[in-house]
Amino acid sequence: MRITCPHCGERDSREFSYYGDAITARGEDFANTYLRDNPAGEHAELWQHISGCRAWLEVVRNVSTHEVISVKEAGA
Amino acid sequence: MRRLPKGGLIDRSRSLPFTFDGQSYCAHPGDTVASALLANGVRLMGRSFKYHRPRGVLTAGSEEPNALIELGTGAHRLPNTRATTQEVFAGLTAQSQNRWPSLKFDIKEALDLGHPFLGAGFYYKTFMWPRGAWHHLWEPNIRRAAGLGRLSGEADPATYDKAWKHCDLLVIGAGPAGLMAALTGARVGKHVVLADEDFVLGGRLRGDGSDLRPWVRKVVGELANLPNVTLMKRTTVTGAYDGGTYGALERVADHLPEAKGAPQQIFWRIVAKHTILAGGAHERPIAFPNNDRPGIMLASAVRTYIHRYGVLPAKRWVVFANNNEGVRTAHDLVKAGAEVTLVDTRADAPSETLCRQLKRAEVVNTRGRLGLKAVEVRFSNGNTEWIEAEGLAMAGGWNPSVHLTCHMGARPEWHADIAAFVPRAGAVPNLQAVGAANGEFSTHAALSSGAKAAAQALGVNPADAPVAEDTPTKIMPFWHVQAKGRAWLDFQNDVTVKDIVQAHAENMRSVEHMKRYTTLGMATDQGKTANIGALAVMAGLTGQGIPETGTTMFRPPYTPVQMGALGGAHVGADFMPERLMPGDGFARDHGANWVEMGLWQRPSLFKQGAERTWRQSCDREVMMVREAVGVTEVSTLGKIEVQGPDAAEFLNRIFLTPMKKLKAGHIRYGLMLRNDGFVMDDGTVVRLGEDNFLLHPTTGASAEVLSHLEFCAVVRWPELDVQIIDVSEHWAQVAVHGPKAHEVLAGPAFMRFHAMDMEGVQARVFGVSYCGEAGFEIAVPARYGAALMEWLLEKAEALGGGLYGIEALNVMRVEKGYLTHAEIDGRASHFDLGFPTPDKDFIGREMAMREGLRGPELVGLVTTGTAKALVGGALLVKGEFGADNVVGHITSAVFSPTLGHMVALALLESGRARQGETVRMVDAVSGISAVCEIGPPVFYDPKGERLRA
Repeated sequence: MRITCPHCGERDSREFSYYGDAITARGEDFANTYLRDNPAGEHAELWQHISGCRAWLEVVRNVSTHEVISVKEAGA
Repeated sequence: MRRLPKGGLIDRSRSLPFTFDGQSYCAHPGDTVASALLANGVRLMGRSFKYHRPRGVLTAGSEEPNALIELGTGAHRLPNTRATTQEVFAGLTAQSQNRWPSLKFDIKEALDLGHPFLGAGFYYKTFMWPRGAWHHLWEPNIRRAAGLGRLSGEADPATYDKAWKHCDLLVIGAGPAGLMAALTGARVGKHVVLADEDFVLGGRLRGDGSDLRPWVRKVVGELANLPNVTLMKRTTVTGAYDGGTYGALERVADHLPEAKGAPQQIFWRIVAKHTILAGGAHERPIAFPNNDRPGIMLASAVRTYIHRYGVLPAKRWVVFANNNEGVRTAHDLVKAGAEVTLVDTRADAPSETLCRQLKRAEVVNTRGRLGLKAVEVRFSNGNTEWIEAEGLAMAGGWNPSVHLTCHMGARPEWHADIAAFVPRAGAVPNLQAVGAANGEFSTHAALSSGAKAAAQALGVNPADAPVAEDTPTKIMPFWHVQAKGRAWLDFQNDVTVKDIVQAHAENMRSVEHMKRYTTLGMATDQGKTANIGALAVMAGLTGQGIPETGTTMFRPPYTPVQMGALGGAHVGADFMPERLMPGDGFARDHGANWVEMGLWQRPSLFKQGAERTWRQSCDREVMMVREAVGVTEVSTLGKIEVQGPDAAEFLNRIFLTPMKKLKAGHIRYGLMLRNDGFVMDDGTVVRLGEDNFLLHPTTGASAEVLSHLEFCAVVRWPELDVQIIDVSEHWAQVAVHGPKAHEVLAGPAFMRFHAMDMEGVQARVFGVSYCGEAGFEIAVPARYGAALMEWLLEKAEALGGGLYGIEALNVMRVEKGYLTHAEIDGRASHFDLGFPTPDKDFIGREMAMREGLRGPELVGLVTTGTAKALVGGALLVKGEFGADNVVGHITSAVFSPTLGHMVALALLESGRARQGETVRMVDAVSGISAVCEIGPPVFYDPKGERLRA
């Protein structure tokens, strides 16, 4: 899988670490911590460019096809 | 000799000696083991998997199911090498496999006589009794009887590598379609990678005696000279993955006697913006009784041996075909000097005068145990005739090589007009199949589709193609001959038409069930020559068409990949990187014993004099620190600086422990929680200056803590002005503790920080302790780490102290009840570990305050009964030992030389309220049981007076 980092450009996914549903960025109540949709399609996720610029990214990805639909800095 | 007087892409001026089963032969450069053996008149090359049937080559390529050999000797021995792709080099040694005592006389050929009992499902039905015998008796014996080559059992002495490549256009296959695609991209300056599994480029243009051979030479020459083109011979693209990433295996030195410092193979990951799949097609055999004898080959393979290798494998031939490839093959054979009978299943086959032609005829049987001797042909009127022949060429039509297009889950689609599966459009994003791989079989179609697809992908004009034949594909499928006897579909796994019929009779109606029941297509060739024939048989049985019957999936790798290549250079000591502390060499010089902690290498203890056990050294080191002074390196500790005007506010929200009012030059121990309310980590926070903090997270948690801090700073609270930087690698850190530590250095008081000048080096000295004695941790720039160790050791030794390792440090921290991640195990809340909840907000607060989060509480345990052992990980139980009676577990247990007995930390239900009571510890693994007294989780200097001394 390839992810295009807004700072570093297109890189292989092994440079990034996966953090989970982007919903966790919204807060830390019970729902945001534990309740998850499990879509067979587009899914917003948090990734960190751990072996690159270390930016936190919000990646929208089709989890059925692994197609990366959009990448932006998380929280931006 | 079967070598033709001239022709072929071999260098006849040079001879390469090699051996097969101990017998010496000669080959020429350009030969494969298969072509060289055929040239030497050897047709018998292997034994089949299950029935031990004598076998010869079926193909001239990587789809070969029969001619599998063991290559090399000793540790270099490589089983299941395809003789049809292995190039001969001088001194090559090869053995046949799966036979005993010899290839010509194999005892287990007797299994073939038992074939009526050995059909599909035989093992499942037979070896059911007695219970347990399968595991100990039947399976090991069956494994020994079946199987292919033998592994050497030794470590592979070859070296391998892994590497990346990036390109605009990846072209897979260098036949006519692939060459045109590459040319189209290359001439407009695109970065093109052209990969072919063969060592000669040109595909079928080389295998058939094509007029375009001069054109191939010219194009390959042009591509080789372009700086934007990478030609990768001997490189099989093995898999298609997400995002235009492809796996490819380059056999760098498999064709050489020695790798001479080069890796044997390189496993590439190729990232391509666009990909053209020009992998060609595989010819399919026709199933007829005894169609597996040595000498029976695919028609295209026969032509390849004639044109490319200058070998006529036999003198007298029968060509059995259902399409015009039969005529073409008969022509080439006659021209090479063979006697040929052409058996064509069609009534309307074009008439042929060069050789004897039999229309509407079928091959119904063959003879010749170790090699074909005669072929029985049945005419349309039912009469039969035996024809003497040592070679038989089968032409059953072509299957496009769709494999890579299935790797991301798409199934190919059936095209009835060419009676074949072709790739589904869009099966792999940005990949287009062209030429024969896309069911476009004529040379003209291959050339033009290759150029067109590349042009379309890149948005450029296609390169000009040479003029070539454009015969339309016309085929009436003919899958198998209706006749008595076993007709092979899967040669490698010994699956016959009869097995498919039996599977169907036993209600294996799904293709996937049939496949698993009969093992069809599950050998290392993935059924490249077998699957479609079996589907056709199944379709006939169910009365459905082939597309309704289904197709099996193809998965990576396209051809087998050695584990060594996937591992690359990551073997032995290079399996994982090692992290060394700045004082690593210093500790080695002082005779440290070592322990791996994650990637870190840490001294566990420093043995002295007559000490024989680790406990002797550890106990001495503990007492040395407790009574004098000890020095140990703690550079593995995380070091994260947090700076900025809002740094204090930021850390106050991160930590459960209040951090806002921490004064500059002061240090505070703190706990931070995860979002879900459980404890993430503990450590000290140093306020270096007003807007400058230094965190010391635990060694193992520092990566997680750093990511967490970065996330909070950027995503959670972008309004806070903080900067975070990891300085873990910049500083060497050494702990010096003990009642005499202050004689070593006049450092800061407990929980205070001083920047100090030490012999001209700017040091950070922290009044912290993890062992319970007074002292400091001193940080200097990493390059001074060893010098600092030396400086401290000299002073410590003068005071009766010395070096100590992580074992002693661990004993001392348990004595003091300090935490590690044995206690902070991801399930412990701050209540459980005995920390109060402050009156302020912090990460994890909302979730931590849920009542359900309160679990077993941290306590200290000592034994009271006769059994004195306490075991880390042992369970604490009430009443009888059993799953329902577990009330906690021991997190850490050590022998305390200070106290003279074992002490343990444990998490125990309602532990704090139960102090003074007893609880039973059970270690079911080693059968140890002990009664323990529950107390507070601190065994030494509970008031911390020694820290402030």
